[in-house]
Amino acid sequence: MTPLVPVSGTRKVALGLAFFVLFVLAWSAATFGGLVSKTFLADPLTMLREGWSLFAQFGFAKDVGITIWRVFGGFILAAAFGVPLGIAMGAYKPVEAFFEPFVSFARYLPASAFIPLLILWAGIGEMQKLLVIFIGSFFQIVLMVAVTVGATRRDLVEAAYTLGANARGIVRRVLLPSAAPAIAETLRLVLGWAWTYVIVAELIGASSGIGHMITDSQALLNTGQIIFGIILIGIIGLVSDLGFKRANRALFPWSSA
Amino acid sequence: MRCFRGAARKRARLEDTGLSALAIDGVARTFAGARNGAPVEALLPTTLSIADNDFITILGPSGCGKSTLLRIVAGLDAPTTGEVRLDGQLVMGPGADRGMVFQSYTLFPWLTVEENIKFGLREKSLPAVRQAEIAAHYVAKVGLAGFEDHYPKTLSGGMQQRTAIARALANEPRILLLDEPFGALDNQTRSLMQELLLSIWESERKTVLFVTHDIEEAIFMANRVVVMTARPGRIKAEVAVPLVHPRHYTIKTSPEFSALKAALTEQIRVEALKTAEPGI
Repeated sequence: MTPLVPVSGTRKVALGLAFFVLFVLAWSAATFGGLVSKTFLADPLTMLREGWSLFAQFGFAKDVGITIWRVFGGFILAAAFGVPLGIAMGAYKPVEAFFEPFVSFARYLPASAFIPLLILWAGIGEMQKLLVIFIGSFFQIVLMVAVTVGATRRDLVEAAYTLGANARGIVRRVLLPSAAPAIAETLRLVLGWAWTYVIVAELIGASSGIGHMITDSQALLNTGQIIFGIILIGIIGLVSDLGFKRANRALFPWSSA
Repeated sequence: MRCFRGAARKRARLEDTGLSALAIDGVARTFAGARNGAPVEALLPTTLSIADNDFITILGPSGCGKSTLLRIVAGLDAPTTGEVRLDGQLVMGPGADRGMVFQSYTLFPWLTVEENIKFGLREKSLPAVRQAEIAAHYVAKVGLAGFEDHYPKTLSGGMQQRTAIARALANEPRILLLDEPFGALDNQTRSLMQELLLSIWESERKTVLFVTHDIEEAIFMANRVVVMTARPGRIKAEVAVPLVHPRHYTIKTSPEFSALKAALTEQIRVEALKTAEPGI
């Protein structure tokens, strides 16, 4: 191996898949080989069987749908408010000076710690789940977008000024397009985090969703279902991440990233 | 948008010096010292006037304040004292009447070549048809036909600077400011770009202020070379370049050219030595 030399496309895919295979093999060896008790860890086949029965007998598809809805609902809500505020902060320094200290502070408030309060305020309905994700995502989005916009190349801004742009033109025609790819990348990252918040929100005070299924299975000691739920979240997350990456590449063909 | 104070300075001055398009009057710039250090005098009071359709190069060693002077004319930096007037109008900030080409590649990466050239035209809200006409004209002028739809990342350095020149010219500025525009290019490309810019100037007779540290470039392009001293910068000499137009690159080997080059080399060498050995 030589440092930094890229690998070919097919080899890259093969290597990536190889680790998944290795992982499943190790898991199989541990469970089928009897190294780990079935009570603590189900084997891959049991996991798949349990997963199948979840969909076939317990209407799990509805739970999956609800969880996805919550993630995107909370995430879109956070993006709808967070991106404009972040842009305003990045572009206008007084706005940044006004919000930045509070947002930096709020960013460290753990979203999951708000769950008891949110249940008190919003009950155990959908609003509470969305708010958990909103709190977890909003402040991160604001800060990262503000940094991105604030880091716009100064020479591009100056070039735009010498071409006759006014302050409004600078924001709309330089700061926004220049920051757009990095903002999209930020959203992709935060969407990944939103997936962890939704499960936490569903572990407490929920009557549906993947997280709720996982707590139910815990009571029944059904590790097969728990693992199936976890893996399913991973797969959905991976698919949405790939979709986001594709979309970003299609939207910003000029970007070198 | 920044604005400069001191607009209402009541000082007797020669308001109209006839043909002078750009008047730089006693412009100086001092930068605040880093961490309470002593302030840095980048530019001592400088006075220079540039006539309509003139091509002036400002020649000096690095760090002589020549870029600072150009940025002040562009309105991207404010003078500590003094003022700049364009057609009698006090320069208060950047504007479309002073087009600028930077040393760094400043094309907007998200716009194609054509869209980059149209940037200023869109800012002026020209009709789309007119924008397209102007863009096509300047695309042809800088020899980029066929590359209209390319993004900057797919262009070579020379092509990027051609686009940058076209973008500045398309705006029809009163004066064109160039800050070492070919500084990052290789030698061959640099020569071609010099000829290109010169031929554009010969056909359009724009007023041009061109900053460079390259002596040959300064002579080849200019009607008048302004030599600046090492930091703190000030004008040391103004040398007229009586070479006839249109100039062909072979002029660089002519005896007149060599004589000018020898004289300017000596002037610049003294200044370069000052920066290289601060003790002198």
